[in-house]
Amino acid sequence: MTADILSSPPATARSGRALILEIRDLHVDYGYGADPVHALRGISLTLREGEVLGIAGESGCGKSTLVYAATRLLPPPGLITGGEVRYHPPGDADPVDILRLPEAELRASRWQDTAIVFQGAMNSLNPVYRVGRQLTDAIAAHRPRSTRAEREARARELLTMVGIAPDRIRAFPHQLSGGMRQRVMIAMALALEPRVLILDEPTTALDVVMQRQILEQIMDLRDRLGFAVVFITHDVSLLIEVADHIAIMYAGEIVEEAGADDIYRRPRHPYSAGLLQSFPPLHGPRRPLAGIPGSPPDLQALPSGCPFRTRCPHTMPECAQVHPRLAPPGAERGRRVACLLHDGSHEVPGALGA
Amino acid sequence: MSALPVGADTVVAGEPVAATRRRLVFLRNAKCITGLAILAGFAVLAVVGPWIAPYDPSAISRDVLRPPSGAHWLGTTHAGQDVFSQLLVGTRGVLVVGLVAGVGATVLAVLVGVSAGFLGGLADEVLSALSNIFLVIPALPLIILITGQLPEAGGFTVAVVLAATSWGWGARVLRAQTLSLRRRDFVEAARANGESTWRIVWFETLPNLTAVIASSFVGTVTFAILSQITLAFIGVTSISDWNWGTVLFWAQSNQALARGAWWWFVPAGLCIALLGTAFTLINFGIDEFVNPRLRSVGVSARSMRKRGIAPRIGFTPVVAPARPAAASKVEETVS
Repeated sequence: MTADILSSPPATARSGRALILEIRDLHVDYGYGADPVHALRGISLTLREGEVLGIAGESGCGKSTLVYAATRLLPPPGLITGGEVRYHPPGDADPVDILRLPEAELRASRWQDTAIVFQGAMNSLNPVYRVGRQLTDAIAAHRPRSTRAEREARARELLTMVGIAPDRIRAFPHQLSGGMRQRVMIAMALALEPRVLILDEPTTALDVVMQRQILEQIMDLRDRLGFAVVFITHDVSLLIEVADHIAIMYAGEIVEEAGADDIYRRPRHPYSAGLLQSFPPLHGPRRPLAGIPGSPPDLQALPSGCPFRTRCPHTMPECAQVHPRLAPPGAERGRRVACLLHDGSHEVPGALGA
Repeated sequence: MSALPVGADTVVAGEPVAATRRRLVFLRNAKCITGLAILAGFAVLAVVGPWIAPYDPSAISRDVLRPPSGAHWLGTTHAGQDVFSQLLVGTRGVLVVGLVAGVGATVLAVLVGVSAGFLGGLADEVLSALSNIFLVIPALPLIILITGQLPEAGGFTVAVVLAATSWGWGARVLRAQTLSLRRRDFVEAARANGESTWRIVWFETLPNLTAVIASSFVGTVTFAILSQITLAFIGVTSISDWNWGTVLFWAQSNQALARGAWWWFVPAGLCIALLGTAFTLINFGIDEFVNPRLRSVGVSARSMRKRGIAPRIGFTPVVAPARPAAASKVEETVS
C-alpha cells in the first residue's frame, strides 16, 4: 500500500491537517490460548496534526487497550492479531508501521514520537530519585549527545512549562503533591517534544479543581507546541469541552466517530446518546438523566449482530442478525456511525436524527 | 428506560470452554507433569522398594563384580551384593530425609520469617538476628561433628540437623515479602474490617506467599537430599544404612571406576540427577499454579513458539493476521 492513496481524502475541515497516526483494522486479543477474548475488533482511527482526539466509553470497552496496542505497550497476555498502526514522520517521509518496527527502532521512536501520560501517572515516578534526575534520564536516553547542563536546563524549562517552580528539580516525588507529580509526568512526556501525546485518564485520581488546571495547561501547551493529543476518559462532558474529534467505543468497537460538537448536539448512535444523557447539561432546558440500563456485554459471550442491541432503546429485529458497519449516517459527511438505524432504509427516531 | 433484560438472548461466540480444562491448567504444564511423574515414581519405589528388592542389599554372594545380567539387573559389587537391590532399598532413606528436612525447615522459615515481618519492632530484631545466626552456621561441618558424637546417627538425625540449619535463607526471603505485603491496601482493609492479626496472617498474607514458600520448600528438599548423599558418600553417616550415597561410598572406596565397574556408580548418579531434575521441573510449575495472574496465560511455551508469540513487557507480540487480504483493506476513513 502506498501513502498517496490515503493522503488525498475529500476536502473538508479536518483534512487540512496532515496525518500523524493511522490505525487501521486493529485486532487485539487477550489470552494466547484457544479461547482468547477479542478485546478490539477492527478498530480504524486517524489522528491529524495538532488535533485533540477523544476516546470515550464505559470501563472495559477497550479505550486503554486501543492506545496500548497502538504503541505496543500492551502487557501479556495481550496479543495484536491484525491491523496496522501507521505513523507518518514529519516531512514527506514514508509512513512506518509501528506494529512491524524492529525493537531497536521502536524503542528509539518511543517518547520521541509518541509520549504517554499513564492512568494514575503520579505513581509512575521512582520514589528514590529526585524528579530532576528522572526528567534528565528520559532526555539522556534519547539524546545521548546532550550535555549534562543542557539536560538540566531543559528539565527546569519543562517544570516551568507545567507550572512548577524550577527549584523543585531537587525534590523527591514524596515531597510533591499528587497534582504536582502528575504535572511532572506531563513535563516528562513533553521532554522530547513528541508529536503525539497520549493521555490515558490523566486526571482520574485528581480533584476537579486540579483536573481543570492540568487540562487547561495541557491545552495551552498544545496550542504553543502543536502536538496532537489522544485523550482517553470516561468523562464525556470533559471530552466534549477539550476534544476536536471524538470516537465512542463500545465492547471493543468504535460505534461512532465525529466532531466533538456533532457528538454533543447531534449524536447518531443510541449509545452515544445514552452517554450524553448520563450527565446533566450546564445550560439550556432541563432534561431527565436517563443513563444506560444494564452493563457492557461479556466480550466472550457477545450478543449476535449489534453488540449494543441488548441495551438499546431502539432495537429492531435486524439488529440480532446484522452486525452494523461503521459508515457515514445517511448523507452526512465527516462522521461515521455503526448503527442499522442510519443505513437509509429505516426511519430514524427523532433524538438520533435531528 | 428500556425494560430489555441485558444479555437475555445472547449468543455465545466461539465454542464453549470446558471448565475442567481451566481448573486443571496446572497439569497442562508439561514440565510440571514430567517432574511430578518422576517424583511419584520414586515415591512408589520408596514405599515398596524394600519388598520388591530381589536380594538383601547387604547379602554377600559369589557373583563378584558382575556386569548387568538377567540375574543381577544392575550387576554386583566387589562383595557380590546386588546393586539394583541396594538402590531400591536406598530410595526410602533418600526421600524420607529430604521430606523431613524440607518440611521442618519450611515450617521454621514460615514461623520465623512471617512473624518477624508482621510483628516488627523488637520481635523483628530478635528473630532476624536468629535467622542471621543460622544463616552463617555451616550445615555440613555441624552434621559431621554431631554424627561424630552420636555413632548411631541415622537418616532421621541427619534430617533434623539439616532442617535446623537450612531455614535461615527462607526466613529472610519470607520476612522481606511479608514486610512489603503488610503495607498493601488489602491488608489495611482487612485491619479496618476488624479482622484479627492471626486471621490477617493466615488468610490474607500467607496465600500471597505460597509461591515463595513452595519454591523454598522444593529448594530445601533438593539441598537436603544432596547433603545427605554427600554425607553418606564421604562416609560420615552410618555406612550400613542404605541410600544412594552409601552405594557411591562403596563404589568409590573400592575403585569402581578404575575397575571399569560402571554399573556400580552410574545408576546411583543417574537416580540423584533424575530426582534433582524432578524437583526443578516441579518448581517451574509452582509459580504458574499459585499465581492466578500467570495462570490465565497457561498455554504451553511450544504452542506459543509455533505461532510466533514471544510475550515481552513493552513489546506486545504481533501475529500475522490469518484473515484474507481483502479484509485488511481500509474502510473509508472520516475526512
